[in-house]
Amino acid sequence: MISAGSDTIQELTVEELRAKMGTGMTIEDPEEHMLLSMGPQHPSTHGVLRLFVELDGETVVNLAPDIGFLHTGIEKTMESKTYTKALVLTDRMDYLSPWSNNLAYILAVEKLLGVEATPRAQVIRVILAELSRISSHLVWLGTHALDLAAMSVFLYCFREREYLLDIYEMVGGQRMMVSYFRPGGLWRDLPEEFEPAVRHFLDFFPARIADYEALLKNNPIFLRRTKGIGLISAEDATAWGLTGGNLRGSGVNYDVRKAMPYSGYENYVFDVPLGTDGDVYSRYRVRIGELWQSLRIIEQALNNLPDGPVNIDDRKIVPPPRSELGQSMEAVIHHFKLWTEGFNAPKGFVYQSIESPRGEISCYLRGDGGPKPARVHFRGPSFVNLA
Amino acid sequence: MNRDRLVVDKINAALPEAIEETLDFRGEQTLFIKKDQIKAVCQLLRDDADLQYNFLSDINADDLLPDFPRFAINYQIYSISNQHRIRLRVYVEDPDNGPETMASVWPIATWLETEVWDLMGVRFKGNGSLRRLFMPEDWQGHPLRKDYPLGYEEVQFSFNWEAIGARKPNPQE
Amino acid sequence: MGIEQKLGNMGVVTYRLEDLVNWGRSNAMWPILFGLACCAIEMMSSQAAHYDASRFGMELNRPSPRQSDLMIVAGRVSRKMAPVIRRLYDQMPNPKWVIAMGDCASCGGVFNNYAVVQGVDEIVPVDVYVAGCPPRPEALIDGFMTLHEKVRGEKLKDWA
Repeated sequence: MISAGSDTIQELTVEELRAKMGTGMTIEDPEEHMLLSMGPQHPSTHGVLRLFVELDGETVVNLAPDIGFLHTGIEKTMESKTYTKALVLTDRMDYLSPWSNNLAYILAVEKLLGVEATPRAQVIRVILAELSRISSHLVWLGTHALDLAAMSVFLYCFREREYLLDIYEMVGGQRMMVSYFRPGGLWRDLPEEFEPAVRHFLDFFPARIADYEALLKNNPIFLRRTKGIGLISAEDATAWGLTGGNLRGSGVNYDVRKAMPYSGYENYVFDVPLGTDGDVYSRYRVRIGELWQSLRIIEQALNNLPDGPVNIDDRKIVPPPRSELGQSMEAVIHHFKLWTEGFNAPKGFVYQSIESPRGEISCYLRGDGGPKPARVHFRGPSFVNLA
Repeated sequence: MNRDRLVVDKINAALPEAIEETLDFRGEQTLFIKKDQIKAVCQLLRDDADLQYNFLSDINADDLLPDFPRFAINYQIYSISNQHRIRLRVYVEDPDNGPETMASVWPIATWLETEVWDLMGVRFKGNGSLRRLFMPEDWQGHPLRKDYPLGYEEVQFSFNWEAIGARKPNPQE
Repeated sequence: MGIEQKLGNMGVVTYRLEDLVNWGRSNAMWPILFGLACCAIEMMSSQAAHYDASRFGMELNRPSPRQSDLMIVAGRVSRKMAPVIRRLYDQMPNPKWVIAMGDCASCGGVFNNYAVVQGVDEIVPVDVYVAGCPPRPEALIDGFMTLHEKVRGEKLKDWA
C-alpha cells in the first residue's frame, strides 16, 4: 500500500508522531503493531482524508483522522455575500446531494425571515430532496461495492444516477450544482417533462434495486467483508453524535424528517429503516431500505402535487417574474434592488436541521438586520461522523 | 412548548441563577447560561430522567465583534427519547478563558470543540486535544473571527494582467 | 482470421519514431486515481458506463503516482492540500501531464478566500484547463482529446 506520506512516517519516532497528531490517538504497542499513514491520496478515499492507523495484523487497533484537506472557507465567504448569493456556495459543501444543502440553508433563511414557502414549492422541494437522496445513495452503493472489489455495481449505479442527473439538469439547468431552491420558493416552476420523467424513474427503479441486491446479497466476498465488521453499539453511536444511516444502522430511531418535520414531511407515510447489529452490513441494509422509502415519498408527493404559485407573494424577497419587467416600474425597481443589495433579514439567530442522505445537516444563521448573513455555520453530518 | 417550560423549571430548581435569560425566537427556545455553570446544566439535562438530552448535535461559536461579550457558544442538544431540542448559549469574554469542555458529558464534544478552537479561537477548559483540524499546522490566526480578513486574491483583467501575474507563483519543471 | 493472414507478409512500415512514441503515449494514458471535490464525481461519471472514457484509453486509473503519467486535479485545492499535490506530482515519473479540471482548479472559481489556492497552476505546471463548475463529462473528455493533440505534437527531446 503506497501512500503519499508513508515515507515520512517511518522517519518519525513514536513520540514525535504522537505530538504531531495531537492527543487524538494513543499508540498501544509501538513495538509490535504497524503504524500506517493512509491518505490523503489513497485508492479508497472518495473525499480527501488522512488516517493514521495502528494495525495488529489486519485489525485496526487505533485510528486518528486528519481532515481539512477540503476546507474551503465557505462559512467565511458566505458572510461577504447576500443571502441569495451565498446559496451558490452551499451546493459545493456536499457535492453528492446539493439539494439537501440548499434546503437546509433556504429553510434557515426563511425561518429567519419568518416566511413559509407555498404548498406547491414545499412538495417540489420534497420530491427533489428525495431524488437527491437516491442519487447520493447510488454513489455510496457504487463506491462501497467498488472498494469491496465489486466493480460492476459501480457501473450499474452510475447508469441510474445519470438518469437522475438528467432530471436535475431539466429542472435546474445544471447536472450537480443546481441552486434551484431560493428564499421564498424556487427559481422557477417545474418543466412539463418533469412529471413523466420521474414517473418513468419510479417504474423502472425498483427492478434496478433488485439488480444491485442480486449482485451483492449472496456474494460471499461482500458478506464476509461487511457482516460483523465495524461494530458500533447504540450507546456509542448516540454519544458520538452519529446521524443518518450510521446511527440507524445501530438501531437508534432518529430521523430528522420524523423527529422535527420540515417542508411538510409530516404529511407523508414512510418508515424509518433500522438496523439491528450495528455493523457495516446493517448500515448497508438501512440505506437500501431508504432507497425504497424515498421512492414511496416521491410517489405520494407526485400524486398530491398541488397547483398554484411556487413563490410567495412578497416582492421584497422574491424577484418579480420576467414578464412584468417590461410593464411595471415597481417590478424593475424590485428586481434591481434584489440583485444588487438583496433583502434585509431581521436580527436574531435560528437553527434549522434537515435529514440529508448522510445524516443531520443543520444550518445556524445569524442575521444582523442587513442584507448579508452575520454568521453562517453548518453542522456537516460527515464531519461529526468522522470523529 | 410545555417541554420548554419543563426544562427551565428543572434547571431553576436544581441550579438557581444558572439561567441568565430565555429567548423565544421563531419557535426556538434559547437558554442563556452562565459560563461557569454550563457543565452542571448539561450534566443535569443529560441525566435527569424526565429530560434525557442524550444527543449533542452541534457546538458552534459566533463572533459578535462590535458587541461585548464578544464570543457566543451555542450548544444544540437533543433528546432522542423525548424528541425535543433546546439550545444553550454561553457568552465568552476572553477567548483564552472559555467554558469547560463537555467531553465527560458527550464524548463528541471534544471533536466539535476542536473545530471551534481552530476556526474561532475559543479555548475550552480541560480539552487537551485542541489542535489545528482544518487549517495547516503552522497557520496563524483563526479565520472565522470577524477581524480576520477574507483573504481574497485580486481578479485579473486585461488591464492589470501583467501586474498581478508577476506576483503569482509560477512553477516550472 | 487476423489481418496478417489477409495481407500475407506485412512487410516493413517506416515511420518516425517520435510519432510512434507520441501515439503510444497519447492512447494509453494512466491518470492517477485522485479526486478532490465535486469535479471528482464528474470524473467518476465520465469513467462510468454512460460516458465511458475507456473509448479514449483513459479509463485505467492508477492508485500510485509512480505508475501514472497524468494528473487530473479534480476540484478545489486548499492550502493544506497544496503541498500534498506538489509531492504527488514530484513522485510521478516523466513524461507527465496535468489537467486542471474545473473552475476551482483552474483559477479558484467561486472560492476566492483564505483557504483555497487560486488555481493549481501556482503549484504545478498545467497543460490543459477544463472550464465548468463542475465541467460536464463531455467537457472533460474534450480536455482529454486536447491533451492527446498536444502530446502528439511533442518532441522527444522535450522530455530528455
